Amino acid sequence: MTEARKALDVRFENVTKRYGEAVAVRDVSFSVAPGTLVTLLGPSGCGKTTTLRMIAGLEQPSEGRVLIGGRDVTGMPPAERDVSMVFQSYALFPHMTVLENVRYGLVVSGRRKRDANEAALAALAQVGLEGFGNRLPSELSGGQQQRVAVARALVLQPGVMLFDEPLSNLDARLRRHMREEIRALQQRLGLTVVYVTHDQSEALAISDEIIVMNNAVIAQQGGPRDLYERPASAFVAGFIGESNRLAARLEQRGPEEGTVVLGSARVVLPHHGAAEGAITLAVRPEAVRLVPVADPAAALAGTVTAAAYLGATMEYLVDSEAGEVFIVCPETGSPRKVGDQVALAVRPQGLCVLAA
Amino acid sequence: MNAPPNGVEVDAVSFAYGANVILDDVSLAVPRGEFFAFLGPSGSGKTTLLRLIAGFGRPERGAIRVGGRDVTGAPPWDRNVGMVFQNYALWPHMTVAENVAFGLHRRRVPRAEVARRVEQALDLVGLEGYGGRRPAQLSGGQQQRVALARTVVIEPEVLLLDEPLSNLDAQLRVEMRGELRALQRKTGLTTIFVTHDQEEANAISDRMAVLDGGRIQQIGRPVDLYDRPANRFVAGFLGTANLVEGEVARQQEGLVFRSAEGIVLPAPDDVAPGRALVALRPQALSISENGRAPSIAGEVRRTEFLGGHVRYAIEAHGLTFYVDEPHLRGREALAPGTRVQLAADPEQLTFLRP
Amino acid sequence: MRRAALWLAALALAGVVLPPWYLVQDRLADIDWSGGWLTEPDHAPAVSQALLFGRWWLWPVLATAAAAAASLLLPARRSLARALAACGTLGLLALIIQGYAIGLGGWRFAVLEAVFGPLGDRQFGIGTGATLAALAFLWMATTGLAGLGFFRGDPFTAGAVGTVALAVILFTFLPIASLLSDAFRTSEGTYTLGALFGRLGDDRTWGLACLAGAPRCGVAWNTLMLALMTAGGTTALGLAFALLVTRGGIRFPRALRTLTILPIITPSFVIGLGLILIFGRSGIVNQLLYGAFGIEGGRWIYGLQGVWLAQMFAFTPTVFLVLIGVVEGVSPTMEEAAQTLRANRWHTFATVSLPLMRPGIANAFLVAFVESIADFGNPIVLGGNFGVLSTEIFFAVVGAQADAGRAATLALVLLVFALGAFWAQARITGSRSYVSIAGKGDGGVHPPLPAWVRRLCLGVALPWAGLTILLYAMALTGGFVETWGRDYTPTLRHLVRAFDLEWSARGLIWSGVAWNSVWTTVKLAAVAAPLTAALGIIAAWLFTRQSFVGRRALEFATMLSFAVPGTVIGVAYIYAFNVPPLELTGTGIIIVLCFMFRNLSVGLRSGMAAMSQIDRSLDEASFTLGGGGLDALRRVILPLLRPAIIAALAYSFVRAVTTVSAVIFLVSAEYELATVFIINRVINGDYGVAITTSTALIVTMGAVLALIQVVVGSRRIRRRAPALAAGARA
Repeated sequence: MTEARKALDVRFENVTKRYGEAVAVRDVSFSVAPGTLVTLLGPSGCGKTTTLRMIAGLEQPSEGRVLIGGRDVTGMPPAERDVSMVFQSYALFPHMTVLENVRYGLVVSGRRKRDANEAALAALAQVGLEGFGNRLPSELSGGQQQRVAVARALVLQPGVMLFDEPLSNLDARLRRHMREEIRALQQRLGLTVVYVTHDQSEALAISDEIIVMNNAVIAQQGGPRDLYERPASAFVAGFIGESNRLAARLEQRGPEEGTVVLGSARVVLPHHGAAEGAITLAVRPEAVRLVPVADPAAALAGTVTAAAYLGATMEYLVDSEAGEVFIVCPETGSPRKVGDQVALAVRPQGLCVLAA
Repeated sequence: MNAPPNGVEVDAVSFAYGANVILDDVSLAVPRGEFFAFLGPSGSGKTTLLRLIAGFGRPERGAIRVGGRDVTGAPPWDRNVGMVFQNYALWPHMTVAENVAFGLHRRRVPRAEVARRVEQALDLVGLEGYGGRRPAQLSGGQQQRVALARTVVIEPEVLLLDEPLSNLDAQLRVEMRGELRALQRKTGLTTIFVTHDQEEANAISDRMAVLDGGRIQQIGRPVDLYDRPANRFVAGFLGTANLVEGEVARQQEGLVFRSAEGIVLPAPDDVAPGRALVALRPQALSISENGRAPSIAGEVRRTEFLGGHVRYAIEAHGLTFYVDEPHLRGREALAPGTRVQLAADPEQLTFLRP
Repeated sequence: MRRAALWLAALALAGVVLPPWYLVQDRLADIDWSGGWLTEPDHAPAVSQALLFGRWWLWPVLATAAAAAASLLLPARRSLARALAACGTLGLLALIIQGYAIGLGGWRFAVLEAVFGPLGDRQFGIGTGATLAALAFLWMATTGLAGLGFFRGDPFTAGAVGTVALAVILFTFLPIASLLSDAFRTSEGTYTLGALFGRLGDDRTWGLACLAGAPRCGVAWNTLMLALMTAGGTTALGLAFALLVTRGGIRFPRALRTLTILPIITPSFVIGLGLILIFGRSGIVNQLLYGAFGIEGGRWIYGLQGVWLAQMFAFTPTVFLVLIGVVEGVSPTMEEAAQTLRANRWHTFATVSLPLMRPGIANAFLVAFVESIADFGNPIVLGGNFGVLSTEIFFAVVGAQADAGRAATLALVLLVFALGAFWAQARITGSRSYVSIAGKGDGGVHPPLPAWVRRLCLGVALPWAGLTILLYAMALTGGFVETWGRDYTPTLRHLVRAFDLEWSARGLIWSGVAWNSVWTTVKLAAVAAPLTAALGIIAAWLFTRQSFVGRRALEFATMLSFAVPGTVIGVAYIYAFNVPPLELTGTGIIIVLCFMFRNLSVGLRSGMAAMSQIDRSLDEASFTLGGGGLDALRRVILPLLRPAIIAALAYSFVRAVTTVSAVIFLVSAEYELATVFIINRVINGDYGVAITTSTALIVTMGAVLALIQVVVGSRRIRRRAPALAAGARA
């Protein structure tokens, strides 16, 4: 049993990447603690993949520094950094068997065939593919191919492991299953993992920390719950989980908190620097309840404009004076229909004032 | 009085590619104006079925009817169906307006009329004023809307969508599926929609057909398929399901289900005794403090924070159960290793033939 | 990097100490290797040249070689890299400067003589020693640059870039530049613009008198007209064939595809020859006409119409191959979408398929255009009084009125035409390529052709195919009759005269007249083919997979070299490589080089096409797994490219054997090539030997390609499991 190498940390210091006139990554700084899984999350074109590739060494920053394990690796080719990568398309070498694929990195760095084979077989066992060594990639299913890609990267015992949207080519069901496996593997081996995805539920499910990127900059960085419960901007509130943006008012503004008026409800909440007067309030769909029209707890009144059944929940769109409200309701027993007049109550724990 | 003909009827259709059987005796009927989904994993035959309805390929056996008319041998251009392809297939050498107008020119619609209807179609999909652009200048979501406009403008009998959302970002996917639904409601077009994502199918279809291995597993409304799956495959495919095998036997307090691992659950009276498979949805189980029966003892293995709720993977009696608990600010998730009692809601159990 | 530096320094030192520095006339075996060569003025290495024979201009080269060796003592990596880069660059520069400054008559340039005084000595062209040293310096420079961080720190990439760049500059740009400079030279030896304009304005080039009834027009106009006619005709024919083969639902598409191989294995003049045999004065048709109707056929085949006909036969298959790619490249879902929008087959074809193919068709037109203007074999055989640029250049060089200035000017005009077409091509394929690379969800089948389009194509293609077969049949069997045109008794006499073998006391004697040239050709082509393929594949890899400073410039320069017509290259080579430092005329080396750079496009295009099929993430995966550029190339790309490599080898070989236009100037008494041999026989009226030799050549080439097909076909990258089985499990 070979001893595991130490998991390394990653640091970006004021990194900018330009392609001609276009700026793909603008003055980005962050650090990834060793042994944690950090996700770079954002829509297409936000700069997350470019950032990942700069950690790998497949792209070089135009400005700034990249440090891995305390060592300045800016300018170094991928082979000299202690990272390995799992690609979106898996990039398995089609003319090599699974075993040859997995041992590739070891063979290239000069390890003896016998040692390389042993290590490769151990890595395959770790991803649950014992006995698959002699197959060709074309004979494997998508999920199996992905595991071979993971084994291939793993066998080098890298200080940092990178995943570039590894699940996007899989069916919806397999995606959930594979992400659990990746997370379990990371925790079991204590690896430092940087993971890129555009799927926020994936990010929430597996990360120790999430870095949300938008338009080449970091929008917010924090643990999944922090981002979900305390989004710093409208963008993050809208991107992470579902969130309604309703019109409300801020009154009696104190140093940290103020009174938020939403319809007929009054709640005291942190104001995040917003000024008195009209504000935008982020409201989580599951924090809204449908109540009888005369209920005193009701904050808003509205009409149902859409109703959808999702198996475990009902989703409604309700037109109200504060805006269109999207509600997720666990009771599927007596669903409302389009056109019904309803009243909405809100739970304070699901509200957040948006700073700007 | 005759009932109006169905939008689409598939009658005992079989299709094979060489030695591989892709579709095996498939029959279904989609009433006019319904939003119908073909749901299934890769290789289940759902796309092939859609293409047969469009006219690409000819079934070995069986018939296909569109709007009451038998179109089994007819080429695509004679079928009055509209299709949106997975990669949108917008013609790069034409502008958006020319793309949308294509089908109208074929039917010899006068020029002024063409222009008007193109405008209308673009308005409908939210792309007013985009007529002069070229496909290469549009984003993925916009391209998809042009593809929709192009098909909708010819007022086809049936609208066929081949995994239209799979090339979009997760965020956009959720937005666009709502828009698709709204569009269908507005136009009243009979629509068939192919997907492998059960959440998508659940969210927007009126009814759906679940396919696996070239056969129809079950047809019905999403809620019916979810609550009363016909077999193990449907139970597992539509949302997460915890599946337990065991026996139902009559005891003095009524019918009782007992699994090999020792899990005991009450069974409703209408379940036949004998071997059975129980499906429990994650929301049918809850973590209870006081061990209110029927309960299962277990230990938390993993937690997944999913925003509105937390999903626990709990090991009990050697099996893994997924349990969803709602999340609100202030409540901490349980740590792995915590011993818990799971309470099963008897109303929410589904019994299947194994 | 240190290890590489060690080897390179050793190589440089070896180059200056061991082999003869200058080109030796004697064979290597005749040199006295026991020690005599060190002091023999012709065979001595650079060290001796400088020390013993006072060739002081070699000292800088020696000094840098020694400095490179000394720099190995530097401990720090970066300083070693800097030292290597410096030594390499300086050494190479020193070598080049001294090579060009001093020639056969002492100082080359008057200004140097004025500054340094007369030299009193001279030097010959560079030999093995100098070549080794030059390569060592080049790679030292590139390795050093890589060590300093250029080329992403990969020494192999750096070395490849350097080698390709030097090769292209030295063997394409330099010769062309020196040729073109001749266009500016006056009879006194000075260079003026006026000389160029004087020659350009020549009536023989640009005259339009033929429009008024005179027998001749300027050759430039002739060339253009012919090219436009050929391009138009071949594109139409090629499109008909391509549509039939890919969508026509004909039963034997492979047979049509095989027809396309024929022109590749045939030297270009053979078609002209075949036409003469059928339509010439003693051709079959004329004989039939005379015999049946008493009509004198005349020499109507000679002239524009004959050359055009010949070019049509010769180039349709090439255009066909280009158009097949275009026709198949249209995404099927585009057509399916049209069909669901009420367009039947004809409407889909006219409004979607054809427009999407437009850029590809334009590209094919330009390909034919360039082939036509570069063609030499057909115009020389069938041109008659109809002169084109390539034949005019030939006559200006070897004809009675040898006029280097005129040859250079005509070459310039031809080059401008070719570059113009090339530029147009780049514009079209660059901006509006509609050929799609099949991506997610593009699994469809092309719809069959509309019925009447299919009939039209069949009506055009089948007769043409029949004519082609007839032509080839004539051309191949013409040598097996006594005397074509008079006596049709079958005989093997000509074949025997060409390829006779005799047994004698000393073993097998190749007594046939054709053996010498055939063996020479095969030998030289066999040497050139692997080099061509290797250079082409490496260049393709550099252009498609690597990014480095100056990549676009290098790519452009290499592609540019393909635009140069063969005649121009041939002439340029004999002018540029006639004098030191690269004294190559009359040797086999110049022919091999000509083969290499004429056919580089084969390896390059095949390599680029094949590599574009291999996802870039495979390289990147190799990089992140610890491999460098060489590892990725060697272990990942090359195995996947095997079929493309083998095809490149085969086609380079075949094209080398069938080249005419370039090598016609490069043959010498010692190195006679088969194609030139055949043409000489034709000119002498010895049709029998000429045709049998052609036939033998064609049959051999056909066998080579057939063998390649078998080898490549059976050793595909291990068979894939049926797609359905793999996909269903996902």
